[in-house]
Amino acid sequence: MEITQDKIMSLKEAIKRFVTDGCHISFGGFTLNRNPMAAVYEIIRQGIKNLHLYAHSNGQAVDELIGAGCVDRIEIAYGGTGRFAPTCICFKRAIQEGSLQFEDYSNYHMTLRFLAGAMGVPFLPTRSSLGTDIIEKWGFSKDVREKDPRIPNEKLKVIDNPFGTWADTPKVVLLPAINTDVTIIHVQKADIQGTLRIKGLTFADVEQAKSAKHLIVTCEDLVEKMELRDDPDQNQIPFFNVDALVHMPNGAYPTACFRYYDYDPVYLNEYREYAKSDELFKEYLDKFVFGVEDHKGLIELVGEDRIRKIKADPRTGYASNLERR
Amino acid sequence: MNNYTFREMMTIAAAREIMDGDIVFCGTGISMLAAMAAKHISAPHSVIFFETGAIDSLLEEVPLAVGDSRVMFWTSVNGGLADSFATMQNRFTGKHVVGILGAAQIDKYGNLNSTAIGDYFRPDVRFSGSGGACDVASFVNRTIIFMQQEERKFVNKLDYLTSPGYLDGPDGRKKAGLPEGGPSAVITNMAVMHFDEKTKEMYLKGYYPGITPQEVLDNMQFKVDISRAEEMSAPSEEELGILRERCDPQRLILG
Repeated sequence: MEITQDKIMSLKEAIKRFVTDGCHISFGGFTLNRNPMAAVYEIIRQGIKNLHLYAHSNGQAVDELIGAGCVDRIEIAYGGTGRFAPTCICFKRAIQEGSLQFEDYSNYHMTLRFLAGAMGVPFLPTRSSLGTDIIEKWGFSKDVREKDPRIPNEKLKVIDNPFGTWADTPKVVLLPAINTDVTIIHVQKADIQGTLRIKGLTFADVEQAKSAKHLIVTCEDLVEKMELRDDPDQNQIPFFNVDALVHMPNGAYPTACFRYYDYDPVYLNEYREYAKSDELFKEYLDKFVFGVEDHKGLIELVGEDRIRKIKADPRTGYASNLERR
Repeated sequence: MNNYTFREMMTIAAAREIMDGDIVFCGTGISMLAAMAAKHISAPHSVIFFETGAIDSLLEEVPLAVGDSRVMFWTSVNGGLADSFATMQNRFTGKHVVGILGAAQIDKYGNLNSTAIGDYFRPDVRFSGSGGACDVASFVNRTIIFMQQEERKFVNKLDYLTSPGYLDGPDGRKKAGLPEGGPSAVITNMAVMHFDEKTKEMYLKGYYPGITPQEVLDNMQFKVDISRAEEMSAPSEEELGILRERCDPQRLILG
């Protein structure tokens, strides 16, 4: 939360100031759409480690951070990027090798947890997952939970409906709130004060943004205040939630940004190959992350031709007839 | 006889399970295609919606993930996860939702594993995890489940129960505190299975042309009743035409 200060800054500065070793963090977007990838690559470049990551289905951002060794613990509903990687490859390997501590939830669970954090309540109830192993099996050890005051001692709780049989509901699952140290989202438009406009699906970005102690925003277009106040019904997040605002065109690349560009199938297919072993992934990082100065450098490396191919069709919001095999 | 693949037959078999007026919750891949095919063939008033919050997407092109921008184009409402899961948990709208799911393992009560094979903490194979699948399976009236017909997938005991079917039998959901509902059909590359009204156990409802009931049984660990099974009709020219030309002309999902 930040009202008065000028919050427009470079991505390097935003990451340096708000993302620290061991911090609790979440990223906006969903699978292969609107992941704040420029910020993810900058975190990797700055060598920030031991992150505690909260994810619903954050796909690409999550996998690259795990592959780069930035993540110690993850609370997650779904590690996949659709057809490009039905199970995220670095995520899969890390769990199979035992190098990542994990806690499984469902997408609604994680959404409710962010919402609880945004609302300032300790938990929210749902009927989802009663009778399943999501309730029975807990990933984090008791020790890990008790040592970190930022996570509760229980994964979740099942209780009898305190209102009896009200709403024909005998039992509910209580999901503990998440309040991250920092959340990073990528949006289509921000004004210079920090009011935000997301086009297309918001996923759980609004809940995630509002559950964070600090919010970093990267945006495609940074506009004057008048432009977003002309049609405020289209805006989702008020300026005072935002701590750092970074103008970052193509900031979600190689994931999609509705009405601006599509995901890059060439990049995501290549990524899948690089992700198959630690050696290859090191090559990937050396070339695409450490081998460039910043996100603009990555876009230049990929080349105009590919960026042109994924440019959104103004009618549909994605690159119509894009070759996606 | 038409030339068609088992993948096309599966898609059409699932499309035939969708009723006009259903609100269809779609995952990625073949489930989207089945919902698209149903809408074009037999259920024009069905509504396709995604856990990401897109409602009644036009789907001019096939999305490769439920977060694909292709689900956001020409919708009734573009919302978010909080809305979409609430729609399914909601006691009025949830009753009209049919969910389409897939998994790595299924048991005779239609419980699903999409999390891990082997030990949960140090698995032989780790999968994506629930995503929205557990939520859908918990909330909605009917689910349609896509599976490959293989012994290692139709198992006596799941390695991890991600999404609830009928849990341990006829009273399973009630005892656990879940809403009524549960799986209605399992669509494989060989056959379609339904669930017995009394026992809630899976039984063979129909098998594809060229497949025998015994072949289906040979590809599962547990046995199912085959006495009610009938050979299904092959996809018609019309069904295949719509599937190939209108739903997946690039064959991104059909292969």
